[in-house]
Amino acid sequence: MVTGVSAASLASAGMAVQAAAEWQPILPGLIVLLPLLGFVLNGILALQSARHSSAALREGRDWDPFAGARPPATHRLPTWIGPGVMGLAFALALLNFLGMPADLHDPVVVPYWGWIVTGDLSIAAAIQLDQLSMVMTLVVTGVGFLIHVFSVGYMGRDPGYPRYFAYLNLFVFFMLVLVLGSGFATMFVGWEGVGLCSYLLIGYWFSDREKSDAGKKAFIVNRIGDVGFLLAMFLLFNGFGTLDFIPIFAGAENHFAAGGVTITAITLLLLLGAAGKSAQLPLHIWLPDAMAGPTPVSALIHAATMVTAGVYMVARSSVLFALAPTSQAVVAGVGVLTALVAATIAMQQYDIKKVLAYSTVSQLGFMFMAVGVGAFTAGIFHLVTHAFFKALLFLGAGAVIHAMHDAAHHGDGHLDEQDMRNMGGLRKYMPVTCAVMWIATLAIAGIWPFAGFFSKDEIIWYTAAWAGAESNPFGQLYAVYWGLALLTALLTAFYMTRLMVMTFHGANRTGKAASSHLHEAPNVMTVPLIVLAVLSVFGGWINVPNALSDSFAGLWGSLPMTEWLHHWLEPVTHTAAEIQVAGFGEAAHAAPAGGGEVAWALISTVAAAVIVAAAVMFVGRRKYVPAAQDAGPRGALPRFVYNKWYFDELYDAVIVRPVLALSRWCWKAIDTVVIDGFVNFTGNFARLAGWATSLFQTGQVNMYAFVLTLGVLFVLGAAVFL
Amino acid sequence: MLLDYSSSFHYVMALLPELVLTVWGMVVLIAGVSRKQREGPGQELGWLALAGLALAAVTNGWLYSGVSEAGTGAMIAVDRFRLFANWVFILGAGMAIVISLSYVARQRLQAGEYYSLILFAVVGMMFMGSARDLMMIFLGLELMSIGIYALAGFNRRDRRSAEAGLKYFLLGAFASGFLLFGIALVYGAAGSTNITAVAAAVQDGTTVAGLMIPGVALLATGFAFKVSAVPFHMWVPDVYEGAPTPVTAFMAASVKAAAFVAFLRVFMVGLDGLYEQWANILWWIAAVTMVAGNVIALVQSSVKRMLAYSSIAHGGYLLVAIVAANDTAASGLLFYLLVYTIMTIGAFAVVVTVGNQSEANARIEDYGGLGWRKPVLGVLMTVLLLSLAGFPGTAGFIAKYHLLLGAAESRLWYLIVILVLSTVVSYWYYLRVAWYMWMKEAPPGADSADPAITPFATRIVLVVSVAIIILAGIFPDAVLELAAGSAESLRGVAGGRQ
Repeated sequence: MVTGVSAASLASAGMAVQAAAEWQPILPGLIVLLPLLGFVLNGILALQSARHSSAALREGRDWDPFAGARPPATHRLPTWIGPGVMGLAFALALLNFLGMPADLHDPVVVPYWGWIVTGDLSIAAAIQLDQLSMVMTLVVTGVGFLIHVFSVGYMGRDPGYPRYFAYLNLFVFFMLVLVLGSGFATMFVGWEGVGLCSYLLIGYWFSDREKSDAGKKAFIVNRIGDVGFLLAMFLLFNGFGTLDFIPIFAGAENHFAAGGVTITAITLLLLLGAAGKSAQLPLHIWLPDAMAGPTPVSALIHAATMVTAGVYMVARSSVLFALAPTSQAVVAGVGVLTALVAATIAMQQYDIKKVLAYSTVSQLGFMFMAVGVGAFTAGIFHLVTHAFFKALLFLGAGAVIHAMHDAAHHGDGHLDEQDMRNMGGLRKYMPVTCAVMWIATLAIAGIWPFAGFFSKDEIIWYTAAWAGAESNPFGQLYAVYWGLALLTALLTAFYMTRLMVMTFHGANRTGKAASSHLHEAPNVMTVPLIVLAVLSVFGGWINVPNALSDSFAGLWGSLPMTEWLHHWLEPVTHTAAEIQVAGFGEAAHAAPAGGGEVAWALISTVAAAVIVAAAVMFVGRRKYVPAAQDAGPRGALPRFVYNKWYFDELYDAVIVRPVLALSRWCWKAIDTVVIDGFVNFTGNFARLAGWATSLFQTGQVNMYAFVLTLGVLFVLGAAVFL
Repeated sequence: MLLDYSSSFHYVMALLPELVLTVWGMVVLIAGVSRKQREGPGQELGWLALAGLALAAVTNGWLYSGVSEAGTGAMIAVDRFRLFANWVFILGAGMAIVISLSYVARQRLQAGEYYSLILFAVVGMMFMGSARDLMMIFLGLELMSIGIYALAGFNRRDRRSAEAGLKYFLLGAFASGFLLFGIALVYGAAGSTNITAVAAAVQDGTTVAGLMIPGVALLATGFAFKVSAVPFHMWVPDVYEGAPTPVTAFMAASVKAAAFVAFLRVFMVGLDGLYEQWANILWWIAAVTMVAGNVIALVQSSVKRMLAYSSIAHGGYLLVAIVAANDTAASGLLFYLLVYTIMTIGAFAVVVTVGNQSEANARIEDYGGLGWRKPVLGVLMTVLLLSLAGFPGTAGFIAKYHLLLGAAESRLWYLIVILVLSTVVSYWYYLRVAWYMWMKEAPPGADSADPAITPFATRIVLVVSVAIIILAGIFPDAVLELAAGSAESLRGVAGGRQ
């Protein structure tokens, strides 16, 4: 199995060779390879179909793969290949999950080959299986599978269908490399790979300038974060001589003084990388634009999996972050500010996908706050439940857009199919979608007993509890975070209810001709919705806190799996937890404003429910007019929020324009005049010299013999006289 | 097996590859004479010659793997340096013969004489590579040169070919005179023509300096002529352009290789003690050769002539290894010669093909749009050009890199800078051909003059060459180790400068 890397070098690289005896995973490499296989197969089909369409283009006609009674094989096979490989990968992941012993203490590393072995650097292509990567793998393959199935219905009539599935499979492959890699280097491969796929899928409809620009924006903003990630890796390699997780995390405590400069720098740089990938302030601007991609892509990449990679990375590096309390406070601060800002923006958006995009940014902020305050389990917990209900929301929005799209075809004039002002009253036409999206809304709003309640409550509670820890130097700051988080949670309940009411309730604003073509989505789309709805209801039960278990929230002890996720992740997070307790002291048992965990759980769920009810009344009573007749929000604050706090304009003025001006100057002044001038001069000079020398090339033998003799005399003279 | 020349059988063993090829050359000659012109173009004679080369390669391998010699006094060295060089010569000759097969047939050349002359020239090269005696070197040089003189002027119906043969002969004879005079002076100064003995005499300080120094200088000029160093290069463009293209390929690759191998052995082993005296002169010759070769190649409008000048530039790079005169440089030189042989003859194979097995279509304009008309040929040529330029990922890069390593070991910083800068210049004219192939339109009337189908054997040679160039460019270790192991033997006994 190991080729190219000797056993000794693997052992020195910290590979837990002995752990293989503890538990033998079943074909873990295949989990990663199956999506890659799907990519290859779909990719071949995509190339094949591109050949047809370009041939048609050369002949000056359009190629419609769906013109015949039956679409060609290139557009039929991906239906089975795309979701098929995902289903198999999920099944395999599930098998491994069930086989993984609950008390597995050390991660199991399965090395495949020496990827980079040079000098002091030895990086193996290896998979690390532990509780954390297992959870992530289940989410990626499970939710991914559902979204692939949904895509069959959503993208089925798109001419680029095989290309779509090729990219989607490739994305999953890289995502699995990211979560299963055994070191920062392999993680980075996946990290960049998912970034590439994100770019490809945002700009999937590349003939639309705006959409391909959105892809570029996402790619460029992510590069800024990647610089941070890379620098952090360099610092880690400088300190440990390796990039593998196991030796770094095992040695971090002895290697770095808690709160030292190096570890703070490393973690802040890691945060920069994570903020880029997870769209946190100030790098959040790309995610809303990323909605230009197909909606299932938004669900998979820009809600459930890729954007949570930053959270995963921080949780994975929990030991490092626990050693740097300052960085932790920064992480939590970035998270809570992002959550708040994004939530306010979401309140004033009309595009259904934009609302969800900002909601995602906001929820990612919650996760960052969780991993920032040291509640790594809570962060991962919210990541999982969020994957369920946000994927559901996006797919539901996809179903709505799908219906609106067909309606817009038959309507009169232009109709923005994503603008909620053009919707309204869709419940009548799509009852299933409406119902499942209400479930997701209640879940994200944090209302008991839906999934979001447990995870969000846990995050808020841990912030409160650590704010009260005896020797937490940032106790006051944490208290502020806690207050802002509570506020954000209420905003969440509001904007989500607004979305539901505007979309599904009230009078229909689609227009008469169009509304008769509104319809419920086909089964291939609704079934994944229903599965996700079930998960959004019960998903929170995997980690009911002890404190809540015996109260109303745990149905007085009758909910199963109390603190299951917490115990499950303990082998991964316990080192960080111990460091944290050593530094901060025990977490408090009361919130900064007084009151215990049960009390605040009750307060927050009641408050959220009140907000939902109030929003239904408030938004339901407002009269909306179709987008074409609406001038947007009035008033300074609503406009400010509607325009997303003018982040894009700010960056444009402060960064983009100066850089462009500088580039233009470099081009005109330095490149054209100085560099080109120099290059042209040397080129011309060399050619002149060549021409002059070739003048001697007369073709006359006596001339040649003369030069030869001169040369001999020259050499002789040099040898004798020098 | 240890050769101590206690029995005459040992003499035969030591010279086995040379003997095989000598006999085989005669066989080919007789076979050529005894067949009638109308019996066909004579390709089977080429295959016959190839079989002889294969046999020589096998005997060479046997010597390489299982034979060693006692002492270093014999006129013929049985060391791995010689044997590695032999393989390079055999490879070069083999490739040249393969690309000649269709050319000789199409041009109705005398096949038997043509192929046997190549074999005899290879025997001469082998003697140059193995000789541990200045007289043996001269003998090998003349044996090789006479064959090449004849080959250069082989196409009697072509005026330019005849002119090339005559020019090469006149100037070559002139330069041989200098070389021979140099040998005479060295003999006078050191009392022996044996390289080991000369080295010992130099070491002991028993040479006559007034004779020795001019002798060394004249030796240097003699070799410099054969490796076409500037300013002894004047003959090169005319001869390379006029000679039949496969012969040009053979000259550019193998003749140069043989001269370099002898050059290195004489100077690095025999004249090691006089390093200070000759290094400076060769330093300048190397520098001037690199610069002039590359710069003049810039303005050439014929691909064949451009390759001729570029071969001068490559000679300059190789001279750097001789100036460096250490083990790294020696192994770098062997590796470079191998790679250079493959890529040069490969490039000439494309020239022969584009020229329709004649001397046509040699202008750079004739390569316009070639990549689109003949994609495979275009891609192969592009790789060969990139390798000649020393592009990373190709063997040409690795080869150049190891020359630089050797030079760095001897602290020849300025020479390194000149090498690298002149390499940059070379990109221009190599890539210009690629540019014409891929980005220019085909010349008017190209359809009728379109290169005929590439002969099957040439295709094999091209594909294998390019495969080796890419493989050795990415995984050079095996070949490098072979070259390093071979170069070690050069001074394993002689000791010398560090």
